[in-house]
Amino acid sequence: MDNALNTPAAVEMRNITKRFGSVVANDSVSLEIRRGEILALLGENGSGKTTLMNMLSGIYFPDAGEILINGQPVVIKSPKDAFGLGIGMIHQHFKLVDVLTAAENIVLGLEGKMDLKEAAKKINSICKAYGFDVDPHQKIYDMSVSQKQTVEIVKVLYRGADILILDEPTAVLTPQETDKLFAVLRSMRDSGKAIVIITHKMHEVEALSDRVAVLRAGKYVGSMLTKDTNAQEMTNMMVGRAVTLNIDRPVPVNPKPRIAVRNLTVRNEEGVVKLENVSFTANSGEILGIAGISGCGQKELLEAIAGLQPTESGSIVYIEDNGQEEELLGKDPLRIQEMGVALSFVPEDRLGMGLVGNMDLTDNMMLRSFRRGHSLFTDRKTPHHVAENVVHDLEVSTPSIATPVRRLSGGNVQKVLVGREITNAPSVLLTAYAVRGLDINSSYTIYDLLNRQKKDGVAVVYVGEDLDVLVELCDRILVLCSGRVSGIVDGRATDKRQLGMMMTRIGGQENG
Amino acid sequence: MFDFVSFIPRAVMQGIPLLYGSTGETLTEKSGNLNLGIPGIMYVGAISGVIGGFLYESSLSSPDAIRALPAILIPLVCSMVGSLLMGLLYCFLTVTLRANQNVTGLALTTFGVGFGTFFGGSLIKLSGSSMPYLALSASSAIYRRTLPFAESTGWFGQIFLSYGFLAYAAIIVSLVVAYILKHTRMGLHLRAVGESPNTADAAGINVNRYKYVATCVGSMIAGLGGLYYVMDYSSGIWANNAFGDRGWLAIALVIFSIWRPNVGILSSILFGGLYILHMYIPTGMNLAIKEIYKMLPYVVTIIVLVVTSVRNKRENQPPQSLGLPYFREER
Repeated sequence: MDNALNTPAAVEMRNITKRFGSVVANDSVSLEIRRGEILALLGENGSGKTTLMNMLSGIYFPDAGEILINGQPVVIKSPKDAFGLGIGMIHQHFKLVDVLTAAENIVLGLEGKMDLKEAAKKINSICKAYGFDVDPHQKIYDMSVSQKQTVEIVKVLYRGADILILDEPTAVLTPQETDKLFAVLRSMRDSGKAIVIITHKMHEVEALSDRVAVLRAGKYVGSMLTKDTNAQEMTNMMVGRAVTLNIDRPVPVNPKPRIAVRNLTVRNEEGVVKLENVSFTANSGEILGIAGISGCGQKELLEAIAGLQPTESGSIVYIEDNGQEEELLGKDPLRIQEMGVALSFVPEDRLGMGLVGNMDLTDNMMLRSFRRGHSLFTDRKTPHHVAENVVHDLEVSTPSIATPVRRLSGGNVQKVLVGREITNAPSVLLTAYAVRGLDINSSYTIYDLLNRQKKDGVAVVYVGEDLDVLVELCDRILVLCSGRVSGIVDGRATDKRQLGMMMTRIGGQENG
Repeated sequence: MFDFVSFIPRAVMQGIPLLYGSTGETLTEKSGNLNLGIPGIMYVGAISGVIGGFLYESSLSSPDAIRALPAILIPLVCSMVGSLLMGLLYCFLTVTLRANQNVTGLALTTFGVGFGTFFGGSLIKLSGSSMPYLALSASSAIYRRTLPFAESTGWFGQIFLSYGFLAYAAIIVSLVVAYILKHTRMGLHLRAVGESPNTADAAGINVNRYKYVATCVGSMIAGLGGLYYVMDYSSGIWANNAFGDRGWLAIALVIFSIWRPNVGILSSILFGGLYILHMYIPTGMNLAIKEIYKMLPYVVTIIVLVVTSVRNKRENQPPQSLGLPYFREER
């Protein structure tokens, strides 16, 4: 590490400013990136991290300031210039063409005669050097997310990049894939490359990075060595005030069974069993966590409860306060919603389900209320108030109520969605990946919201991927393993290790 | 017995304008531009060629003084310039100003047809013809010169050698376009632009330049279809609205050939055949049957659309960002 301090900086950004219309995304930011070092770039959603890095990769052009590579002032006008300088960026949303093969994607944008055979050879040798597994002739649409990411990494290496920027690379990876990626990044660092990683996950920052730099509201706050700091200090710097990193977990008050799922089996369209004989009860005034490797049936489970997923056998029963039971299966989503089951489902594409990107906040609120009222015209006043309340209560940062939702940052979109769902005073709140892609402060706002719902006696189902959070937030945790219930554990009496084992093996027994 | 030896050449000649149109539109669509102005552009390509040919023929002292090279080049260049201007207009509106592609395309079609009708009418008046059409017989004769031995080799000559040079050029152009799309770096980049301009941009490809060039070249190719129709197929006779709905058929053909110009060669001839099939089917006095046969090309297109979307193979789908404007800093 000490050597890294003495070598000249690979990249030096001086007083970089970038505006989008009236919004200042980066305000006179100065940043150094050094060789043989992994720099974690931290900041809340919308603090300008991606914008800053996009100026290095040639996607945006700075309005003011200068960039030095290896001490030489340079002008990066286009991605081509960036490649020429050895800068490669792996974007949060993969920049790959689905119908092309890996090799075609990798050589995309290069000049000279196209020789895919030669390219495939070079790709294979890069893969060998770093231990990747990429088939140059495989089409992108046939690949898993982690394979796509590998292609992205090979793509920048193929161009001979020695300054690598990764924008939230682990957001869609499983823990095992993340470990593998980190091992690759460490070996790249050791071979003298400069690496920047943008992430929201504090334990990843601590595990991987050598140095952290913090942005807040487009301004550079400071940087320090990772070993000299801790999650609390970094978070405070990002948010600009002291925040508590402990998640509240009040003891459930008077929990009563609210939803009982019995022997539920679901097959998907291809006939593959996604859920097999799943039984559990969700209680009012309690947060039930659902853990599992992604794609283990979490989505199908929530959608089955919400009436969106055809089921094969079993039953889902809604239990009212007076103990009266009502079957949910066979009812349409509208009926189920009227009974008080609210689904705040957040798939990988936040705007895919739940909100309409091109509509403004009021209209999105109306999606839940437009059926009410008796006149010919819809009531726009109430949704407008609801939108105002959500913006105020949840601190949504938006230019106005009339802004299309797609213009908001991920965290704010999430707040709008959850805010709308809880306005209707649900008795069951189903959330999936509620904090995916959210910065730490927004995440805590969401945890807070869930806890408030819990206090109001709502049965909250929280599907999560961050085991640390599940263990801290949930009263009980149901672990799914390939569509089967691996076990239901008490959130207060379990730990990450146990959950991890249950996720990969039914019951979590070492010899099971 | 069905007379193939006379049917096939007619089908081919009917198919060539469609082939030009669909090759041009395929190239355009591969850049992500859905140019619904193709029917108009083919009209403009045709009338521009006619204007050039008319001016050249009227400058001659007698029709016998016509020389082959200028008689071919003047209409050809005029036609290409005319459709190039249409392509540039389309690009300026949709790429630079990011106007809606469908609306722009439809407007260009309306404009192109009106442009053709207006100048066609003017030329007919200028020529002093008493008939509602204009004939460029001398130039057309040169355009329609067939390959040697077309007459003397019987059915072989009739099926393969009996066309004017523009027909062979159409096939060569589609093969070249198909090769470029599939095997060259330029083609790879163009496909990337049409599929995902974001990705192409991040890879250092100049998205706007590719869109402009592909769309303008595509328009010029489509315009040649109009020129072929007047100078060769209809023997140099321009009559307003004679070109009909062939432009739309060319766009349907792009879907039919699943965005592959080499497939387009066969499918355009098939379409050409379907288009004239009603003349070869003995229907007796019942003319209504003929009208049903005329629907065949459209019915086949719908069937192909259904089949390709049911099979849902990713390679056979339209370019992913077809019809969408691209702006780098859009968030």
